[in-house]
Amino acid sequence: MKLFGYELPAASSLLLWGLLWEIVGQLELTFFVPALSEIFATLVEISTTKPFLKALKETGQAFALGTSSAILIGIPVGILMGINKLLDEMLLPWVNVFLSAPLTALVPVLMVLFGFGLKAIVITTALFAIWVIILNARAGVKQINPSLVEMANSFGANSWDAFSKIYFWAALPEILSGVRIGFIRAVKGVIIGQLLISIVGFGALFELYSAQFLMKHFWAVLLVLFAMAFTISEFLGMLERKVSYYAASR
Amino acid sequence: MHDKTQSPNAVEVRNVCKYYDQVEALRDMSLDIPRGGLTSMLGPSGCGKTTLLKIIAGLLPATSGEVFVNGEAVTGPGPERAFVFQDFALLPWASVMRNVAFGLELRGVAKSEREAIAEKCIADVGLNGFENSFPHQLSGGMRQRVGLARALSVDAELLLMDEPFSAVDEQTRRKFQEDLLNLVKSQNRTFLFVTHSIEEAVYVSDQIALLLPRPSRVSEIIQPSGFRDKDPDSIRRDSEYLDIVDDIWKSLRSYVE
Amino acid sequence: MKNRPLFLKILSGVLIFGAWEVAGQIPVSFAFPTFLDSMAALWVMTVDGTIFVAYAETLKPLVVGVLISAFLGIGIGVWIGLSRKFDWLVSPLFIVMQSAPLAALIPLLVMVYGIGLTSKVFVVCIMAMPVIVLNTGGAVRNTPASIVEMGNSFLGSRLQVIMKIIMPSASPIIFVGLRLGISAGFIGAILAELKITPTGVGDIITYSRSIADYPAMYAAIFSIILLAVLFLNVLERIETVLFKGINKGLVPD
Repeated sequence: MKLFGYELPAASSLLLWGLLWEIVGQLELTFFVPALSEIFATLVEISTTKPFLKALKETGQAFALGTSSAILIGIPVGILMGINKLLDEMLLPWVNVFLSAPLTALVPVLMVLFGFGLKAIVITTALFAIWVIILNARAGVKQINPSLVEMANSFGANSWDAFSKIYFWAALPEILSGVRIGFIRAVKGVIIGQLLISIVGFGALFELYSAQFLMKHFWAVLLVLFAMAFTISEFLGMLERKVSYYAASR
Repeated sequence: MHDKTQSPNAVEVRNVCKYYDQVEALRDMSLDIPRGGLTSMLGPSGCGKTTLLKIIAGLLPATSGEVFVNGEAVTGPGPERAFVFQDFALLPWASVMRNVAFGLELRGVAKSEREAIAEKCIADVGLNGFENSFPHQLSGGMRQRVGLARALSVDAELLLMDEPFSAVDEQTRRKFQEDLLNLVKSQNRTFLFVTHSIEEAVYVSDQIALLLPRPSRVSEIIQPSGFRDKDPDSIRRDSEYLDIVDDIWKSLRSYVE
Repeated sequence: MKNRPLFLKILSGVLIFGAWEVAGQIPVSFAFPTFLDSMAALWVMTVDGTIFVAYAETLKPLVVGVLISAFLGIGIGVWIGLSRKFDWLVSPLFIVMQSAPLAALIPLLVMVYGIGLTSKVFVVCIMAMPVIVLNTGGAVRNTPASIVEMGNSFLGSRLQVIMKIIMPSASPIIFVGLRLGISAGFIGAILAELKITPTGVGDIITYSRSIADYPAMYAAIFSIILLAVLFLNVLERIETVLFKGINKGLVPD
């Protein structure tokens, strides 16, 4: 969109919405929407307090553990499924089931089995992320151009070399794409886990602030979460673009 | 002021310029297209011929200059012009019948009437029997025939064709060229044809306008005459045909190297 | 063998459910019932109708929410696809909503709208709308320029081009968006029940957990997953049938 002949950058309308938010807040139109500037002030204030840092640490831990497990288990499983037809036929229906199933429904089970703590949240996060990672790793392997395989064989490459020098890179764009989507799902997982379990991490903070109607605090934490989710997603998108230059011409 | 009675030219292009942002695609282009028969605009890639064709069709605005079709200035698409697209532009969810009748459908013609007209056009392009097929079931050549039938169905005086045979294989292309020759003879319309193939242009055209690349301008107009009434098969061996092809290649060669 | 894929599917099902049974027998945890126990509980709930009543409750906010999201979402999406200004203004909002963990807004919604049907419908809407809007917007905006140009060349009015060319061309992707939206809405509905007030199936889960009736709890969860998967598979099949071949005949091969 052009204004006075200059092309406006993509997300610049968010500035407009931010401005609107500020105005609504300043005019005190509703109790539930405080001014954006005051939210930022509160954010700065609480970001050094113990409960916030504790929540950040717990959430960060759960997220890191959950996503690394999902990656460490998911990528190999996906690759194996891409290579071995028998395994693929047996596991694929299940992967598809859990990909589209409302995983939220499983959280109570996890709570019951693993208690009300960090463990349950880590597992929730991993579960949210793993299916799409598996599927994309599998897709990445399956679409490896047969010519590349023939080329590897014709030059006498051993299994390890073939994998690390050719197949891995050929499948990488899809794998990264899967990881990116998996991470977004993991963020949802870690939040949903905390919301339902609510005595750890940000879930606990939300409970606390909403019970006391501390709107500014509530929004501050919410914005932090959204910002984190957005940053992670953009960072991964950037990584993906770095590898995608060769994706289209494989 | 232009005389609106039948001028001898179907199309008159006057000093047309076209800029895409900073890129000059057409500069001061002037050209007359005579009524009836087939005129082709020939030139290497990037010489602006498709751009000019679309300006004549009213699908693109010229940056400056004017185009007159039948003496009237072009301001947009019009019922007297029909366009055949390089990539066919068929509706993939519609049958051949519906695709061919689509131009008439947009004009509000009643269903039975437009299907009757479409039926005839489908036969004219040799696709009888395929009325209920869908584009994905057809080969590239057949899809282009659908596009051609669609253009014929709206009974436009001027048929504009944008490299219509470039997306089909060589054998189909040759057949198309022969069929086009017959079509031009049997229809009382003006055909304006864009191509980058020299042989094709010389084979099908009554008049060839040679266009040179950016910025586009007309370098010469050629009117092959001797072999126009020969049968399709002998034309390709006619010496005048071969000479003209050679001459054109010599003219264009320097622009490709 | 002839029906190998089906055979393997059944085999893997047997293996997984068998593992569940064994794990429950060991037991892996006092809170892990066997497969058969859970199926028995499910059977009981089906026969005495509890499960149907429960789903009726759960489906209320889901259906309402999905319908609202579909109409609003497609409407906004089409507008985004057709108008660059509107796209600039509104798309970033939905893009942020897509990557943001919207579930975090649930406590806020509860604060504003209380614990009734309204807030549950809202939860379903905020989960379902972003993907519907963005898919629709993308599909409309990315209509192949060629067929739009064709419509213009044959003197189609703007409305004709939108209704006869752009919308049919975009429908496969809009449908995908709807499917993903329903999926997300489903998650929203369950979440709403587990978090806001237990009604319907969420209630069965919460209640049976509180009285340690684990077979019933697992049965309810199993039924949710089963239903969701079946429904989405049906949708996918409809999609394949409806849109067979549509995207193949558009451009030269």
